[in-house]
Amino acid sequence: MTTTTSPPDAGAGSAADDRPTWTGRFRVRAVGSLPPEKLLPDRQPAYVASWIYIFGALTLSAFGVVLLSGAVLAVEGPAWWHTSHAGLFVNSLHLWSTELFFFFMVVHLWGKFFMAAWRGRRRATWITGVLAFVLSIGTAFTGYLSQQNFDSEWISTQAKDGINSTGAGAFWNVLNFGQMLLWHVLLLPLVVGVFIAIHVLLVRRRGVVPPFAAAGATATGPTAGSYAGDGRVPATEAAHSSEEA
Amino acid sequence: MSSSHKPVKAFKPDRDVVEWDGPTVRYDLLKEVTVCFVVVLILVAALAAIFSSPDDAPVTVKSWSNAAPVDFVQTAITELDGTSPTAGYGPPYNSTAGASQNLGPVSPESIVGVHIPIDTATAFVINPLLTLPNAASVDAAISTFDSASASQQASWEAAYEKVAATAGFSDGRLQVKAGPYGPVGLMISQLLAMARSGALDGALLSSPQLYGTNYTKPLLFIADGGYMASLADADHLSGDQWGMMNETGSFPGQAWLWLYTMWYQVPPMNSSGSGDVEVWAIMMALTLLLALVPFIPGLRSIPRLSRVYRLVWRRHYRSLETQPNR
Repeated sequence: MTTTTSPPDAGAGSAADDRPTWTGRFRVRAVGSLPPEKLLPDRQPAYVASWIYIFGALTLSAFGVVLLSGAVLAVEGPAWWHTSHAGLFVNSLHLWSTELFFFFMVVHLWGKFFMAAWRGRRRATWITGVLAFVLSIGTAFTGYLSQQNFDSEWISTQAKDGINSTGAGAFWNVLNFGQMLLWHVLLLPLVVGVFIAIHVLLVRRRGVVPPFAAAGATATGPTAGSYAGDGRVPATEAAHSSEEA
Repeated sequence: MSSSHKPVKAFKPDRDVVEWDGPTVRYDLLKEVTVCFVVVLILVAALAAIFSSPDDAPVTVKSWSNAAPVDFVQTAITELDGTSPTAGYGPPYNSTAGASQNLGPVSPESIVGVHIPIDTATAFVINPLLTLPNAASVDAAISTFDSASASQQASWEAAYEKVAATAGFSDGRLQVKAGPYGPVGLMISQLLAMARSGALDGALLSSPQLYGTNYTKPLLFIADGGYMASLADADHLSGDQWGMMNETGSFPGQAWLWLYTMWYQVPPMNSSGSGDVEVWAIMMALTLLLALVPFIPGLRSIPRLSRVYRLVWRRHYRSLETQPNR
């Protein structure tokens, strides 16, 4: 006859193992918010059929070229491009990718404005996009200040008056090359990158905003006055989304 | 009898949507991003190869004083007598009375105060001259100047500023009329010599460490003169030429700053003593409006009322017309 015994700490150990962990909670929440089919979709609504939709991806692509060309400039140091043909070409890549980045981003922004892309719990997507746009302006501005040429010299001496008038110039000195270079190559790109990442994840989570009065929507859509104002959508009106989650 | 239902909000077409559960189509996200990246990379490489990028040499104190020595001298005396733009700038460089810009009753720069203190006479003229080696006559002139009364200093400075207005430069020498300007004449002429040799660039950049990266002093000094501004004006970079959004040459520059720069071209900002802070206040308000469009009734209705969306979703609306029962 054989007997089986449990390890002396098995019961206590199981209870402890069952307690939720930060990691587990984060994973459950992350997968719940962004399941793989939302994060990397291979289907999209039929109404997504316009060239305007490509400008988001073009903006991201230009941002990628900006980061890559900036990284090469950083590897060689700030003076390299003034004395080397290869350096001048990489600096030109950095300049023109920045110009295209802003062009694509502005077209994307106005496209989304005229689609009222904030509708249906998409306000945070709009706001993070605007913040990424504004911070990108600051990033490009510090880039112009970091060129060590006549443009950076003139722009810094002109721009100081505006910055100083707000009081910010006391701490953010556009005439201080070292400070501006560090903001340009580290702090601002980091913040812009974070906002762009949040923006893209929100787009994936919420999906592309439907057209006004989308007739392809479910027949259980709302009628006026049917929305529960607590942020949850009543079961009978599940296709109606409003407010922020 | 109480109801368990919570209050409901009316459906607002500019805030709410009916989420789509209609037909979907095949879509390859990674392919789209990859193709876009390659296309952008090729486009950027072509633009870089064809147009390159601007890199005009900066103005240094040396290049300025060699190209326009009289302008340098006329600027240097204003740094010494405290009448230059930097000397009278106000915060964050100094506390010149009445120099701060105001937004109504509030002056943000005055509230923050002086954080980058610059006494132009000391920082731009006297301290650099004291770095000259084996210059007993210069040291003596500075000593005479320093030990004189404020009224005597002002008298010398005024006398020199008067002759500097008609100064010339020929045969490598500064030509100024004689006058009762005491030691100031030697101080300024030596400062000019120092500038033309390049020594003043280094002296202005002096830092407690070996490595200096803060160009505040030389840039302010150079900007106080007229030489850099004349070069900028010739290259369409002045404030009334839409200023800093432009670049040297025919490059597009920071075109995204067009709205910010535009406010400087229109009244009252183009002639206001507080134009900078007024423009910043407008831009901050507009930026806030842009970020908060989804919350602002009326503003958020523009897309729906303008019907531009009909262009974006024209295929969708056309398909509805051919499927009247949907």
